[in-house]
Amino acid sequence: MSLKRIIVAGFGGQGVLLIGQMIAYAAMYGGKEVTWMPTYGPEMRGGTANCTVCVSDDPIASPVVAECDVLVAMNGPSLEKFGPMLAPGGDLYINTTVIKEKVDRDDVNVYYVDTTGIAEEVVGNGKTGNMVMLGAVLRKSDVVDIAMMDQVLEYKMTGKKAALIPANKKALTAWEQE
Amino acid sequence: MGEKKLMKGNEAFALAAIKAGCRFYFGYPITPQNEIPEYMSRELAKAGGAFIQAESELASINMAYGAAAAGGRVLISSSSPGIALMQEGFSDLAVIQAPVVAINVMRSGPGIGGIQPAQADYFQVTRGGGNGDYHVIVYAPKSIQEAVEMIYKSFDIADEYRNPVMIAVDGMLGQMMEPVVIPEAIPAMEEDEIGKYKPWALTGHKNKREHNTINSVFLQQEVLEDFNLNVLAPKYQKAEAELSEAECIDLEGAEVVFVAYGSTSRVVLEAMGMLREQGIRTGLIRPKTLWPFPYKVFDNIDPATKHVVSVELSMGQMIQDVKLAVNGRFPVGLINRVGGILLSPVEIAEKTKHLLEVK
Repeated sequence: MSLKRIIVAGFGGQGVLLIGQMIAYAAMYGGKEVTWMPTYGPEMRGGTANCTVCVSDDPIASPVVAECDVLVAMNGPSLEKFGPMLAPGGDLYINTTVIKEKVDRDDVNVYYVDTTGIAEEVVGNGKTGNMVMLGAVLRKSDVVDIAMMDQVLEYKMTGKKAALIPANKKALTAWEQE
Repeated sequence: MGEKKLMKGNEAFALAAIKAGCRFYFGYPITPQNEIPEYMSRELAKAGGAFIQAESELASINMAYGAAAAGGRVLISSSSPGIALMQEGFSDLAVIQAPVVAINVMRSGPGIGGIQPAQADYFQVTRGGGNGDYHVIVYAPKSIQEAVEMIYKSFDIADEYRNPVMIAVDGMLGQMMEPVVIPEAIPAMEEDEIGKYKPWALTGHKNKREHNTINSVFLQQEVLEDFNLNVLAPKYQKAEAELSEAECIDLEGAEVVFVAYGSTSRVVLEAMGMLREQGIRTGLIRPKTLWPFPYKVFDNIDPATKHVVSVELSMGQMIQDVKLAVNGRFPVGLINRVGGILLSPVEIAEKTKHLLEVK
């Protein structure tokens, strides 16, 4: 598999850094090379957060990319900022809980995911919206094997958080493409 | 070797230091290295070590001076302007020959500068930085894994050479996550063993031996010259002969040879792939040590090479060493970005093509 560059972006608190980390863990467990790079800077509460994940079979030259193959836009400003970086033929995931407009671009594959809505209705836990989005990405984009997520969830969620594993697993398969 | 873990650079550096037997860390906050003191504040005591948040960078390096003089394995860390504040301390560590490992997670400058990645401290870390005739041994890893391995090695090199050793990375390596395998732990030295391995250390003579003295003041010029020429100079010559390291890639038949270190070398590698697809053969010399600089490997450059290009996130600092190494044999160019902006592979490829066209 050649290099896959994924950008996950949204508001702070939407779990965008976690989505990226989960992909990175899964890639590592799957024997891939991987880098995860967050923005760091004078960030403010309620500001934007994003991370770039590179997954490849070969060593990764740079964790910073000028172009991406997968963009997960959790809010409008992220779509505006990173949309132009999505390469033609790439996959675009839109969080329709926040972004109401349709994407006006026919050279990419667009997937609309009502993260919080699905998390509330299907999972019964609105906080698992980021996992709903992650599940959509893993099932539609050839990045990492979704089966790896069991191992990742068990590694990331220990102690009291272990009780949340079933809800998160459910969230990963909750989205159905319209 | 342990299991593969996904770790943030700064946390992996701190963990590596603890596993390498470091038991003293004196920190002061500054972005983008804050996860190092954060990790140490949480984990070092669990390993039986001492974490102190100093009141300033200057205090931090002077605490390191004390702990190292007493024979401890000591780590300090900061980022560019913080390292600048420590410079009189580095000069003092060099003269008392104290083994201290320092991590500099570089950001842009000059002055307080910005907090984004840069390599603008090349002069500061390789040209002394503090006053007087001394050198700090400087490693420049390209990945979190290599940084971890270099940190292990640095503690041994610092002890062997009785000299400060610095790990120079940029904010990108500090902030990113990569899979890393932490090598097997080196047990920390027991207090009663220190005197055996570090007979010079101030461990308390208990009336069983002559007392040791650690001194940084030599007011008699003959004494100071003798110390500089007969203690420091041979040590630095030995370091130059034994420690300089570089990775060379595809030098044979290369039209252009890039010279790049740390995270920038990774971007250069990607640019090299792009240029290869366009029929331009390029090679890379990646210094793993910035001081001593690996001058000798430049003799391996193919005589048919047209250009040597220093690629750096600074305004042309390493290029001085590259020119010394090349010694007039090839034209030396510069490809750089500064101020916290990273080079992209496309930009390097384009600028390289431009260099070849202009000649």
